[in-house]
This record gives sequence, C-alpha cells and structure tokens, in this order.
Amino acid sequence: MKPDELRNLAQKEDELRKSYRYRINVCCSSGCMPFGALKVLSAFKDAVKESGVEEECYVARTGCIGTCSIAPAVLVEPGDYLYQNVTPEKAKEIVKEHIVNNRPVKSMLYGNEAYFKKQLRIVLRNAGKIDPLRIEDYIAVGGYYALLKALTRMTPEGVIEEVALSGLKGRGGAGFLTGLKWRYVARATGSPKYVIANLDEGDPGVFANRTLAEADPHAIIEGMTIAAYAVGASKGYIYVRSEYPLAVETLKKAIEAAKSMGLLGEKIFETAFSFDIELRLGAGAFVAGEETAILASIEGRRAMPRPRPPYPAQSGLWGKPTLINNVETLANIPVILLKGSEWFSSIGTKNCTGTKCFSLTGKVNNPGLIEVPMGITLREVVFEIGGGVPPGRRFKAVQVGGPSGGFLPEQLLDLPIDYESLTKAGAIMGSGGIVVLDDTSCMVDTAKFFTEFCVDESCGKCTPCRAGLYKLYKILDGFTQGEGDIQDLDKVEDLCEFIKEASLCGLGQTAPNPTLTTLKYFRDEYVSHIVEKKCPAGKCFKDGGGAGS
Amino acid sequence: MSKTVELTIDGKKVAAKEGDNILKVARENNIYIPALCYLEGVSSLGGCRVCVVEIRGSPKVFASCVTPVAEGMEVITDSERLRRYRKWAIELLLAERPHVCSVCVANGNCELQQLATELGVDHLRVDRKWTNYELDLTHERFAYDPNRCILCTRCIRVCDEVEGVHAIDLMLRGKNSKVIFDLDDKWGFAESCTSCGKCSAVCPVGALYVKGKPLSEVKKKELVSFVMSRRSEKTIG
Amino acid sequence: MPDGVQQTGLKTDRRLTLLEAAIKKHQYRKDALLEILHIAQELYGYLDKDLLTHISKLLRLPPSHVYGVATFYNLFKLKKPGAHVVTVCMGTACYVKGAEEIVSAIERDFNVKRGGTTPDGKLSLFVTRCIGACAMAPNTIVDGETIGKATPDEVLKKIRAVVGVEKVEAR
Repeated sequence: MKPDELRNLAQKEDELRKSYRYRINVCCSSGCMPFGALKVLSAFKDAVKESGVEEECYVARTGCIGTCSIAPAVLVEPGDYLYQNVTPEKAKEIVKEHIVNNRPVKSMLYGNEAYFKKQLRIVLRNAGKIDPLRIEDYIAVGGYYALLKALTRMTPEGVIEEVALSGLKGRGGAGFLTGLKWRYVARATGSPKYVIANLDEGDPGVFANRTLAEADPHAIIEGMTIAAYAVGASKGYIYVRSEYPLAVETLKKAIEAAKSMGLLGEKIFETAFSFDIELRLGAGAFVAGEETAILASIEGRRAMPRPRPPYPAQSGLWGKPTLINNVETLANIPVILLKGSEWFSSIGTKNCTGTKCFSLTGKVNNPGLIEVPMGITLREVVFEIGGGVPPGRRFKAVQVGGPSGGFLPEQLLDLPIDYESLTKAGAIMGSGGIVVLDDTSCMVDTAKFFTEFCVDESCGKCTPCRAGLYKLYKILDGFTQGEGDIQDLDKVEDLCEFIKEASLCGLGQTAPNPTLTTLKYFRDEYVSHIVEKKCPAGKCFKDGGGAGS
Repeated sequence: MSKTVELTIDGKKVAAKEGDNILKVARENNIYIPALCYLEGVSSLGGCRVCVVEIRGSPKVFASCVTPVAEGMEVITDSERLRRYRKWAIELLLAERPHVCSVCVANGNCELQQLATELGVDHLRVDRKWTNYELDLTHERFAYDPNRCILCTRCIRVCDEVEGVHAIDLMLRGKNSKVIFDLDDKWGFAESCTSCGKCSAVCPVGALYVKGKPLSEVKKKELVSFVMSRRSEKTIG
Repeated sequence: MPDGVQQTGLKTDRRLTLLEAAIKKHQYRKDALLEILHIAQELYGYLDKDLLTHISKLLRLPPSHVYGVATFYNLFKLKKPGAHVVTVCMGTACYVKGAEEIVSAIERDFNVKRGGTTPDGKLSLFVTRCIGACAMAPNTIVDGETIGKATPDEVLKKIRAVVGVEKVEAR
C-alpha cells in the first residue's frame, strides 16, 4: 500500500460512515455471544431492511462495549444510546422507535452513567464502535496512520524516544518501562530479531486482553509493527490462548486483511521495512505467560521458565534478541505516536502514566471491562464504576492482580492504582483483574482457592513453587476443615517467605500473595477457623460442625 | 579468549572466566556451597534452590548454579536466611514423596540424605505425601522407583547432553511431574534407551539404580566422575 | 512420507493424510510440535500413543519429548472423551459465585469425577480456569453451549436433556 492509498481509503470510508444518519453497534464479543448476540445482529439487519431505512442506518458487528453484565449490549450512534439485554424482539422495536421515529426507547436503555463517568478509553478507544473484521473500519478512525508516520517521518530511535518519554510501562504486570525495553532490544546484536505480543491471559477472572483482541485487533497489529520497526525486528508472533476461539479467529482474519492490503509483509508503505506476523496458540498453561516460558512454548517445548539472565532482549526466541510486550502495551503505541508523549504522560500520575484496563468481577453490581486512568482509587472503581456490592451485603475485600494478587480490605480502598502503591500494599497490578468479595466470602477459603490454582499451574521446575505451594495448600485446606493450631500461622508465613524469595519465576514469587495479605488484613478469620473452629462466612466445615450449613 | 573477571566469594578474592556460574567458580576455589540438582558437565537447571546465595546490593537470593559471575560481584554463601531457605528446600523434597532411608538402596550414599544431615533437618514441619507410583523392574539391569525421585532432572540432562539420546523426559507438570522413558513406557520396553547406565550413575537419590547392588558397593561419587569423564561425542539424530 | 519413517499402528485414512499434509506444510519443523498436536487433536479428538509415536517419528523428535509436551498442556487430551462434554468454569469470578456447587452437583448426580468420564462413556466432566465470560458468572458449557448465571439445577436439567438419562447411580 502506498501512503496516498491509505489516505484515500480513510477519506472514502469516512464519507461512507457520514452518509448514514444512524449506526447500530451490536456487541458480538465472547461476553455477549453466548447470550444470543448473533441473533440480535441479524434481527437488526432484517428490521432495518423491512423498515426501509437501509440507506440511513448501518448495522455493525462490533467488539465489546464494556458492559458485560447487560449482555447482549447494543450501542446506537450518534448520542451513544446503550441498550441492555437486547433480544430479537426488542431489536425490532428499537429500529421502529429509535431509528424510524427518532425516539430512543427509554425503558430499554442502560441507565447507568456512573459506570462510564470515571473511565477513560485509550486502549479501548475503538472497542464496540468498529467492526473488528473490517480493516476499513479501523482505517476510517485513523488506523495505521501512526505506522505511516513512524515509517515515513521518524527514525527507529525517534520512535523509541517518543515511547520512552511517554512513560508507558509494560501492562503485563511487572511494569517495566516500555521504552527502555525497546532500547535494549534495539541495541542487542544478533539477527533476525523477533517481537512477541503476549496474549496468554490465563488469569482466572481476567478478560481484558481477550476483549481487546476481539474488539480492535488492528490496534495490536499496528502497535506490534511499530515496535518491530523501532527495534529492528522482521518477524512477530502473537501468542494467544487457545481457550479464546473468537480472539484467535479475529486476529487470524485481521492479520490476513493487513497482509492483503500490504500493511504487513514486504516493503510496507514503499519503505525498506518488512515485517510479518504469525499466530501461535497456547494449549492451557498459565505459566506460558511468563516471558521465558512463552519462548519455550513458541519453540514447541514444555513451557518451563528459565533463569534470567540472559534476558530475552539479548537471547530470546532461538537465541535471538526478542521483544516481548503485552498486547495492551502495544495497543497504546499508535495513540502515543499520533497524539505525542506529552499528551500521554499528562494522563495518570507522574510515575505511572496512561490508563489501565481491568476486568471488574465478583460481588459487584456492574461487572465488566473498564479502562481507567492510573492513580484512580480502588474505592472509585469498586463503588462508583462498579456500583458497590449487591444490596444487603457488606464489602469485605478486593483482589487486584489475578490469582497471585493480594487482597485489600476496606481501609485500603483509597489507595491509588499504580504499580508502586499496589506492590507496597501486597497486591500487584498483574494483568488487570479486580475481584470484589463481600461478607459471604471466606478469606481462608479464598486464599486456598488461589493457592490451589497456582499449584495446578506450577510448571514443577523449582522446589519452592512445586513442593512448597502444595504443602501451603494442604495446610490452608486443613484450616478450612478445623485442623491445625495457632502456631501454624507462623509456619505458614515462614513457608510463604521461602516460596516468594526462592522461586525461579514470577509465578512462584507472587503465588503466596493471597495467603500473606489475608493473613495480614484478615488474621481474625484464620484465628476463628483454627481456635473456634468457626467460619465467619459460613463457607467452611461442610462436614458437620462450625457455623456453616 | 574469554575475558576474566574478579569477584569475591565470602570475602575471598577470586578470578573467574566470564560466563561461568557462581557455583562452579566457588568449587574451583574450594568454597563449599551445598547443591543438589547441579551436575558439572551438563547444563544447569536452577531447580532445587539449595545452592541459593546472596549478592551484596540485592535484596534477592540467587541460585548460584545459574547465576553468572560478574566483575566486582560480592557473593555471600552463608547466612541465617540462606540456611533457613536451604532447610526448607530439603524438607519439602523429603516430604514430597515417601523417602524412607532405611529401606532405600541409596542409604548412606544419598545426596539428599547427606544434605539433610548437614543442614540439620531433624524433623519435617509439613506432612509427608505418600505417592504410590509403581516400581519399574522391567529393565534387565536397572530399576526405577518414581517414589524416590526428587525431579532434579540430572538423568534427563545426562541422557540428552552426554549420551545424546533423550530417552528420558518429564511428563505432566507441577507436583504431578514424573520422569518417564519414551511415552511413559516401562523402562525395559523403551526403545530409545541404550542401556548405558549414565542416568542411574548420576541419580543423587535411590530412584534410578543398578539392580541387585547396594549403592555402598558402587561408590557413587567415583562412578559419577567416571561417567562424566567419558562424555560421548554422539549427538541427537 | 519421508524415507526412513516406519509405519506405526495408525490406520491410513483421511485423517492421517490431513495430518501428514499439515506436518509437511510446517516443513517437518521440530518447533511446530504444538501446532501439530493441535491439528492432530482436532482430527482425532484426542492424542493416543500411536498418534504421538507417529508425530515423533515424522518430526524426528524423541518420543519422551513429544509425550512431555503433550502432557504439560492441559488442553491436550490423552484419553478418549465422553460422547457429551460438560465444562464448568472455575475461574475466580465463577468460583466466587458458586461454581463449586455446580461441579459437586454434576459429580453427585452423574457419578463422574472432575476430569473423568462416566463408565458408559456418555459424559465427561471437565473444569477449566476461566473462559473469560466473568461478568456472566458462573458459567458452564454443555456440548459447546454456554449457560451463564447458571444454577446447579439449570445445569443438571440441561445435561439430562442432552445425555438422555436422569441420573447415574454409583456402583
């Protein structure tokens, strides 16, 4: 594709878009699909045809709008009218009233403005508003302009500088400065170099990356291509969980579309830069998201992490310099190049710029996919965006950071969300899961649940994680059945310290977090299990005795 | 020519080849660091975490077998914390499968047993697990008892890197990991195995052993160095 | 088929032709093992030892390596699954909202353990760690159809309808 062709296509698409008075976006992501989204989509298409408004109303199949609790969700533009729990019957009425008679159907609208008020959508800028399977939709909203700018008007070093100045940190969890990582790979000797986009979102309760891939795959591809140009890579892999069939399918088609338009492949935009992307499927291993394990998996081996150094930047895939970025990190890149690092770094906090996507789930009134500026407090997320816990229940704790994130109590809810504050409190940013617990959840049982998850997902290479976590799980399991004595709590803390400090990779190093934070903030629950043989939430002691049953 | 770096281990100044790991350099300089999965002559795993050391300036601990030396590095091989961690590592290995020294062929020649004594492991703070893997006696010369395996993977590495065969690998993962021959076949029916005996020679415990011979007769340590000195030139294929 | 590759116990049929074509397309590359295992499972439903031996021979990989990889990843099935498959999501959100009760109810009523298949081969019960539909938790997938915000009773009803039996008594 030539630069002019991109501009012409964008203009043509924009005119086409403007020729319609209305646009109906039907969310067809994994959250809405199981609840009949495709039937709703065809009902809208039929209704529009039957009412004879085809010329003025466009029906689009889009990705996630973010309000997963009201599936299937439909967004009507202009005005961003959001309809909830839409059925084929409701679709007919919406077309008749809203489109034909220009009277939005108030009774079907999702009347929850607070959900969106504190959100800021950068990564999810196009989610729910474009058809992910039409590359033209992405180009119409300015897609691939950042790539054009990078390739024709910026040096690779200039791109890295811009990303570094933006302050963007890796969104996969560790929060390493993206610009710095790119510089390491750019300076490493060895050829060819590789870029890996990490979409092995294995954390239970986290679906932010999947949603991004389903809603806006080209943002990932464009960000990845820019990254490849910056570090001098010629080949890229997107490593995606095979448990995400829709994301896999969407990405596959997006890569094909980009190739056929010449936005991937040889001599992109008639420059000397060539880049190609291949999709690699995971096969059900959480640990494969670890950056050295992902290398092993792409090379067709058991996904076992290895010690660093050497870092993948020096010796990655097949021993070559390799850049590994989370897909959310990559989706930020096009915006940073177009709007500038100064704009980006004005969002969030001084040390932690930009936004973060979270899957907000658990005992919360408005679960869904949210994107918030860094520095927002947990209280705002849980109570304003999330709408608090269900009626009649009391908030107990919030877990941030996936299975190995810590649990934070009510008194820490005013903590700002940024890498430093969360780590200090014993939680982690992780890949972006926020799970809310109310008074029906038992903290000992919950710590046990997450420890069991990590036991199942441990690769088995190092002793602390393989053998230590299992023993930790057994002790916690004993507590929930009335075993153990109070001295065991010191032993648990000592064992947790060993696992945290002596494990080989991030999985083992963070796996004790749920136990350590619940011991720190909810110690009384442990005491009542062990001493009084009672579970305050009524969850444990299933086989007689205790407060349960 | 590779570069030489200078570092200190427990205050002692030593010179080392760049790229070598701390454990190897320490041993060359007669400084003792306890270790278990490490085997000189094959690649390092960094799995057992017994050989952890501290490096001044870092709050973390490092497995010395996989941490390369660096110029000016100050390594500390002994501290209250390191002893505590090493003890946990040994205890957890002992509790992971039914290790009963009195009925083990390796009794008296077992590296796990020796380390337990040395590190003062006199009781276990966690419950033992009684795994019930079947004893494999199908090979005419060797035997394999998975219940005594500590998953150090020395056998896997020596079979792959020294014998060049790769008849052995791990199956499953995490706590369910198991050392296997071919497709989890019985040893006597594993077609890839060349019956060279290197795996049983390097096994630090009594999981892989020569049938009918208590290890005290074999003098395990000498056997290991004998095997390692005769590295085969074979490659995979 | 390249020279020197011995025949294994696999029947020569369309599935084998497709598998070998896929391996050829990947140029017999050893690092394509995961891709090949995905394709093989899609074709055969599960990976038995004959199939794994054949793959190891074609890719010239040690059998122990192939078996190690196939058993490392949860998604690969080494045993034949039941005619109907129920998968209960045990991700965080689903667990918090009572997925455990759903699994226990199925285990109780159909005499099947998680990860196992009923003696008559009709039903397999799997648990998975998060299918990503957390806002609709708890989720259960019955033969590919997702039931969101499900109660144990709803799930049991659905399974009964699909499998065609009320209960499986413990023997």
